[in-house]
Amino acid sequence: MIEPINEVIISCKNVQKWFGDFQALQGIDMEVHKGEVVVIFGPSGSGKSTFIRTLNRLEEHQEGDIIVDGIELSHDVRNIEKIRMETGMVFQQFNLFPHLSVLQNITLAPIWVRKWPKEKAEETAMELLERVGIPEQAQKFPANLSGGQQQRVAIARALAMQPKIMLFDEPTSALDPEMIKEVLDVMIELAQSGMTMLVVTHEMGFARAVADRMYFFDEGLIVESGTPKEIFHNPQEDRTKLFLSQILQH
Amino acid sequence: MATTEVVQGTKRPPQPPGLIKWIRDNLFSSWGNTLLTIVLLPSIAYILIISIRWMFVSADWRVVTQFPLLYAVGQYPRDEIWRVGIGLSLIIFMLGVSWGKWGGLLRSISIAFGLVFAVLALLPVQHPGLDLGMRLYLSANVLLIVIGYLAGRIQVMKGGYIIIGWAIVPILAILLLSGFANNSTIPVVGTTLWGGLLVTFLLSAGGILLSFPIGIALALGRRSSLPVVSAFSTIFIETIRGVPLITILFMFSIILALFLPSESRIDRLVRALMAITFFSAAYSAENVRGGLQAVPLGQIEAAKAVGMSKFQTMILITMPQALRAVLPAIVGQFISLFKDTTLVVIVGINDFLGIGRSIINSDPEFMQLQIEVYLFIAVIYWIFCYLMSMASRRMEAAMGVSTRL
Repeated sequence: MIEPINEVIISCKNVQKWFGDFQALQGIDMEVHKGEVVVIFGPSGSGKSTFIRTLNRLEEHQEGDIIVDGIELSHDVRNIEKIRMETGMVFQQFNLFPHLSVLQNITLAPIWVRKWPKEKAEETAMELLERVGIPEQAQKFPANLSGGQQQRVAIARALAMQPKIMLFDEPTSALDPEMIKEVLDVMIELAQSGMTMLVVTHEMGFARAVADRMYFFDEGLIVESGTPKEIFHNPQEDRTKLFLSQILQH
Repeated sequence: MATTEVVQGTKRPPQPPGLIKWIRDNLFSSWGNTLLTIVLLPSIAYILIISIRWMFVSADWRVVTQFPLLYAVGQYPRDEIWRVGIGLSLIIFMLGVSWGKWGGLLRSISIAFGLVFAVLALLPVQHPGLDLGMRLYLSANVLLIVIGYLAGRIQVMKGGYIIIGWAIVPILAILLLSGFANNSTIPVVGTTLWGGLLVTFLLSAGGILLSFPIGIALALGRRSSLPVVSAFSTIFIETIRGVPLITILFMFSIILALFLPSESRIDRLVRALMAITFFSAAYSAENVRGGLQAVPLGQIEAAKAVGMSKFQTMILITMPQALRAVLPAIVGQFISLFKDTTLVVIVGINDFLGIGRSIINSDPEFMQLQIEVYLFIAVIYWIFCYLMSMASRRMEAAMGVSTRL
C-alpha cells in the first residue's frame, strides 16, 4: 500500500490524560493524513475511546499537544468549537435526540451552528439520508427505528456539518449482529469517498477492507501500529498477537 | 372458498366478554366476592339515593344562587362591574382565536365555555342576577368565541400575533380592573374590594406564569458552575421549601411592609402573588432539576460533537427533554398552586373560598347551609383542577412522553 502523501490533518504529541489518579493515556503520538482511514483497536480499558474523545474535547487531555486541521486544541472555547465543526462523531449508543424527528436530528446543527437556511439544511439532510439508505424514515422519531437505522441516522447527522474528519467510537458494538453489516457498508462507502476517518472498532473485516493504518492500544499506550497487512500477517509484539488471536478465533 | 379457509385458519383475537360474563367474572367469581357484592351493592345504592334526595329535595341552594356576583368578583363595586365583564370577554375572545389557530384542547375548552355561557343565557328561570343585560352579555361572549374562532382560521393570523395578544390582554385586563387615578370613566378600584373567583384566577394564573420561568432559572442556577449563582439558588430553594406557605404569605404581607417605606408599599394582592410565586418556583425548580438530571450525558456529548454551544445545547437539547420528562410533575405542582391560593384568606384576601366563608358567616340562617356552600366550591375547584390534569394528559400524548424514549 502506498503511503498517502497528503498533508497532516491530525497531529498528537505525547498526549496524556488522567481520571483521578488513574492514567488513561500515557503519552500517545499519532499523525493522521488527509484521506486516511485509521483503525484503533485494543482491549477494553486500553484508552482507545478516551483517546478519540480527546480529539474533539469530549475529554480534556492534561499533557501534550493536539492539533486538528491546523487548530491547536487548548482551553480556548473558540478553538474547541471550530474543531468540533470540522469533526463529526458517531457514538456507540447512537445518542440521537429522541425529541426530534430524524430530519430534525440532521438539520439541527447545520441550521443553528452553520446558520444555513432551513431549506438548504433539509435538502442536504435528504441527500445524506439517501446516501445512508433510509430516506423514507425522515419523518419518524429515533425510538421507532432499529439500531442499525439509528446509527445510520447518526452518521448522516455527523456528515451534515460537512466535517473534514469523522470519528467513530465503537459504532457497531451496541448493534445486533444482523445490523452490523448495514452500518459497516455505509462506513466503507464513506472511506472510499476519501473521508479522513478514525475508527475505534473490533470489526477486523472492516479494517482489512479499508484501513490505511491500524493502531493497537493497551494500557494507555500505542503498543504497535502498521498497515493492516503488517498487523494481521506479521505482528511484532506478543500482546498484539495474543489479542488478535482472541478476537479472530471465531 | 379459499378466503373463508384462510379466515378459519387464522386465530382470531379474543372477543371482549359479554355483560353476563363480565358480571360473573368481576362480581361473583368466588364466594367471598359474591358476599362482598351482596353487601356493597345495596349500600352504594342507599348512599346514592340519600345523596340525590338531599341534593334535590332537602338542600337549599339559594345560598349559592343568590350571590353569583359575590362568588365571581367579591366586593368589586357593582357600578364598575362592566370592567370585569370586558376583561373576561377579551380573554374569551383570545381563547376563540387560539382555538381557530391551534385546535386541540383549546377547542374543548372554548366549546365548554361557550356552552356554559349559552346555557346561562337561556336558563328559563327568573333570577335578579339574570336580567336582560346579563343574558345579552353572556350571548355576546358566545358570539365572541365564534368570531375569535373565525379570526383564528384566516391565513393572516400568525401564531406570533396570537401570542403577543395573550401577552397584552391580561395586562390590559388588569389595568382596566384597577383603573387610574384622576380618571372619571375608570376610577381606581382598590384591591381590597377584589374577591371571589376573580382573585383565585388572578393569583393562580399569575403564580403559574411567573413561577415557571423563575423555577427554570433557579434549576439552572443550582446546577451552575458559578459558586455564587449556585449558592444563591440552593439557599433560596431550600429556604422556601423548608417553610410552610402560610409563613411565607405572612412574611410577604406583614414583614415586607415593615422594611419598605410606607409610601412605596406594594399592593397586598401583589404581595400575596409574590409569596405564591416564590413558593411555587422553589418546587418547580426541583422538578425541573430532576428532569435535567434525567437527560443522559450522551445527549450533551452529541450536541457538543456537532459544535453546538452550551447555550444552544441547553435550549435545544437538554431543556426540551427535561421538561417533557417532568411535565406531569409540573402540572401537579400547578394544580397544588391553584388550590393553595385558598390560603390567602389568612392575610385578609377574600378569594373564592373566602367569599364562601364570609357568606356563611354573614347570616345565622346561612350557618345551617355550610354543606351547600362548601360542596359548590369543591365542585368548582374540581372542575378546574380536572381541566388542568386533562390538559396535562393531552400535552403528554402530543409530546410522546411515554412513546418516545
